[in-house]
Amino acid sequence: MSEFEPQIVAFFCNWCTFTAADLAGTSRLAYPPNLKIVRVMCSGMVDPKYVIKAFLNGADGVLIGGCWPGDCHYINGNLKARRRVAHLTEILKQYGIGEDRFWLRWIAASEGTMLQEVAREMTEKIKALGPSPIKTQQEAA
Amino acid sequence: MSNFTTVSYKKDELNKELATLLSALLEKKTVDGIMVPCRQPSGTVMQTLITDPVQTAQVDPFAPVAPVSSAKLASSLTAKPSGKKIALVMRSCEIRALIELVKLNQASLDNTLLIAQDCFGRYENKDFYALQEKGLTTESFIQAAQGGTTATDGLDVIEACTVCEHPVAANADIRLCLIGADAGTFSVEAASEKGEQAIKDMGLSGSDNAGKRADAVKTLVAARQDAFTQKFNEYREKINSFQALEENMVKCVNCYNCRVACPVCYCKECVFVTDTFRHDGDQFLGWAQHKGTLKMPTDTVFYHLTRMTHIGNFCVGCGQCTSACPNDVNLTMAFRAAAKVSQDRFGYESGRSLDEAQPLTVFHDDELVEVTGQVK
Repeated sequence: MSEFEPQIVAFFCNWCTFTAADLAGTSRLAYPPNLKIVRVMCSGMVDPKYVIKAFLNGADGVLIGGCWPGDCHYINGNLKARRRVAHLTEILKQYGIGEDRFWLRWIAASEGTMLQEVAREMTEKIKALGPSPIKTQQEAA
Repeated sequence: MSNFTTVSYKKDELNKELATLLSALLEKKTVDGIMVPCRQPSGTVMQTLITDPVQTAQVDPFAPVAPVSSAKLASSLTAKPSGKKIALVMRSCEIRALIELVKLNQASLDNTLLIAQDCFGRYENKDFYALQEKGLTTESFIQAAQGGTTATDGLDVIEACTVCEHPVAANADIRLCLIGADAGTFSVEAASEKGEQAIKDMGLSGSDNAGKRADAVKTLVAARQDAFTQKFNEYREKINSFQALEENMVKCVNCYNCRVACPVCYCKECVFVTDTFRHDGDQFLGWAQHKGTLKMPTDTVFYHLTRMTHIGNFCVGCGQCTSACPNDVNLTMAFRAAAKVSQDRFGYESGRSLDEAQPLTVFHDDELVEVTGQVK
């Protein structure tokens, strides 16, 4: 049997983390192809529904990437994201999707190497955890 | 000066005494209207807006039934200023929900007099009517509840009420107190300056002490808290995966009654009735093809999880969601469990205080560092 390859849905802020991914690319820093990147204007616009839907549809992990506090293009979208992530984490945790599968990380536009690091770290972690418990159950309604 | 006045009533005359007190508020022009649970000709008890003092004869605020949460009704009365003063006679859960709606700018307490009745719980509507047929009265219910039991003829108050740790409303101008009261009496408590003035208008002096009330309240709250902890742990143990959640919700038919009944479901338009969830046939077929099967209607777990994130910080545990469900889906514990974990995370308690900001409306630079674990 082939090795389990996690599917990670990544919501990256246009101004910092997505640019970091771009930088990683142009700098030829390879990172695991398990991340499916969705470019959003701000980490603060990631509606909890996006995250819930991703997990219900079989994502093994969700990563939200935003600017460091103080650097948000929209002043404080990332701080709103952090509160929302804390809130949603509590709810998902109850049903078996813990903090180890749902990450928020600050990655600045210049931090291509950090993006590579986080992508590797998360992929490894979820590989060790195994597939999402939802995937092994029946298709969630 | 003590804030309590004890009022005695003869058998079958509790509501008459209450009507006298409330009609005084209208006669003295303390308020222009009173929203209070009233007996309807059919025997139903519904919230009723009274402006004519004579009409207070039908009041029955302690009736153990609440067909809707009056927080939403209070919102429709106060969201846009009418310039009139209104007294609102409500239960603790309804007041707590109202406070959340005020914070969401969907209601206002500017021109209100909040009168809270002590609450021993409520029956499901159909149980209430069945019990009434068998002779249950508000007074017989109170008597039994004061003696420590709410079960009658094999029917009990709803699960939500058995685990409600707020039988006494924290935020009110006046409280109508039954817990710890002697048989044949209730007391009226002034809980704010506004309330003190209104009680004078009722012709009460406020001279008695609270008697055994404090101890009785403490005992009842402790029992309810224990009951909640037990129910919460049972729920967590049993429903701890998406699959278990799906099984719990499998009878859901997407009628969204729970959303309509919920006093703190605040969105003006629910996303689940928008085009976002109006899919084409080929889309459904595509999803079905993916796994070979697709339960329909779809998105039920998605809907309930979304509602948990929307109202997790506000749920007051009134149990209206369960009462409104036509298919007996147990929603109360699902939502109370979500509320417990999310409110605990932020040290918030729904309806506790008007001055506490709702968790997702504020944010600080230096908080929740544990979410990312990154510090510059």
